[in-house]
Amino acid sequence: MADAAAVSHGHGTGTGLSNNKLLMWTFLGSECLLFGGLISTYLIYRSRFGDGPAPGDIFDIPFTSVSSFVLLMSSLTMVLSLSALQRGDIRNNRIWLLTTALLGALFIGGQVYEFTTFLREGLGYTTSPFSSAFFTLTGFHGVHVSLGIVMLMSLLISSFRGTLTKERSETVEIVGLYWHFVDVVWIFIFTVIYLVPSPTS
Amino acid sequence: MSTDTAEHVDTHDEAHDHPSDRKYVQVAIILAIVTALEVGTYWMESVPGEVLIPVLMLMMVYKFFYVAAWFMHLKFDSPMFTKFFVAGLILATIVYGIMLTAFEFWHKG
Repeated sequence: MADAAAVSHGHGTGTGLSNNKLLMWTFLGSECLLFGGLISTYLIYRSRFGDGPAPGDIFDIPFTSVSSFVLLMSSLTMVLSLSALQRGDIRNNRIWLLTTALLGALFIGGQVYEFTTFLREGLGYTTSPFSSAFFTLTGFHGVHVSLGIVMLMSLLISSFRGTLTKERSETVEIVGLYWHFVDVVWIFIFTVIYLVPSPTS
Repeated sequence: MSTDTAEHVDTHDEAHDHPSDRKYVQVAIILAIVTALEVGTYWMESVPGEVLIPVLMLMMVYKFFYVAAWFMHLKFDSPMFTKFFVAGLILATIVYGIMLTAFEFWHKG
């Protein structure tokens, strides 16, 4: 058990670094390529809306700003949950983990509301190249947030089972890296897709 | 100091030299202010795109790296993690920069 904990903190590895953390960072590096592809595709197709609604006509910036703020604040609660566990404060760790999951769920709720509003206004997945690129990009991001919520709930269950201890804080740190990455991707999407002036019909 | 001991010190620092909760809250406040400034540009209709877009990009890049540095601990962790992440970021920028150029995105806007 002690050996396993030591290895997870980088002792005995070739680099002197945690293999799990290095793996997560490599994965996040590869995710840059995935989201880069989706964002570039959106940029190429954003002017091709045909007879359907144009991005500049349909985006609700004040609403999306609120959900962006919610996701940004979830990064704070995520890092506070890690900080609590590193101090051995299990109670606060659970509170912040749950808060992060709830903020993530609130963001997803906002996205579902946005998608249904767009559908009612005539913007479906196959309406135009713009709509396909938009739903694919933001939908992929939403799936990432949803997976993050599943990971957070798994951590919470582990905590209540007594297996998430101060010695295993690296697990929370690795899930946190994923969560913060999802946040930084949204920082990019929010500016490039929503705030940069979009074409209107 | 033996190599083993040096490794121990490095990884110990890596795991525990993180900022205080107060510092994290300060970082979040700064991020919230920058986000509010970004959103504020939405109502500045008189500002031309040539000025607005670079300003938005600057604020976005600042927020991106601020989160990576403080919340993702790149500022405190081993530079190796930064290298792995930045490698993906640079590769994506080059690949999709070429793609956007091939599709004449910069001319069409």
